Amino acid sequence: MTPDAIPSWVSVPAAILLIAGGLLTLVGSIGLLRLPNFYSRMHPPTMGTTLGTGSVLLASILVSSAALHRPVIHEILITLLVVMTAPVTAILLMQAARRRSR
Amino acid sequence: MNGLLDFATAFAAICFVGAMGVTTIRLFRGPSAQDRVLAFDTLYINGMLFLLMLGIRSRSTVYFDMALLIALFGFVSSAAFAKFLLRGEVIEP
Repeated sequence: MTPDAIPSWVSVPAAILLIAGGLLTLVGSIGLLRLPNFYSRMHPPTMGTTLGTGSVLLASILVSSAALHRPVIHEILITLLVVMTAPVTAILLMQAARRRSR
Repeated sequence: MNGLLDFATAFAAICFVGAMGVTTIRLFRGPSAQDRVLAFDTLYINGMLFLLMLGIRSRSTVYFDMALLIALFGFVSSAAFAKFLLRGEVIEP
């Protein structure tokens, strides 16, 4: 695997996806710091969890498929895991917050 | 076009490290316990994304296993924290 084997039709979309994922994650985490109470603080990190993870994993699939000259799709595993487990944590945290605030 | 991908991964690294720093501030400052659990939940997602970015930068598939393990154990631990806040104990008799 030589380092200059990435063609430009792969590296340009991968770079755009990486920059978009980094900005989305940063904006979500800043929203976690700045919003006033817990119920509004639940919302911003889900942007980094869904869109940020999706775009970075898509960029990873593109780059490793182009570097190894075959389809590499095992990053789908992380996507499935995050998409299935993020709502479970959110529902449990929301139930805990409602019970503790009573 | 190799420099473009290097620039994009460096930019994403700065974004992820800034996001992890901001999340750590919320983790230490959080007024209630559920704020800290939410900050921890965001922190492991940011760390997992940082490892995936390192895997893109070095074109190696070794970092994928670590990212998968972080996603797995992060979900288990934050679900256990939330269950503890909800019930007062994790495994009920």
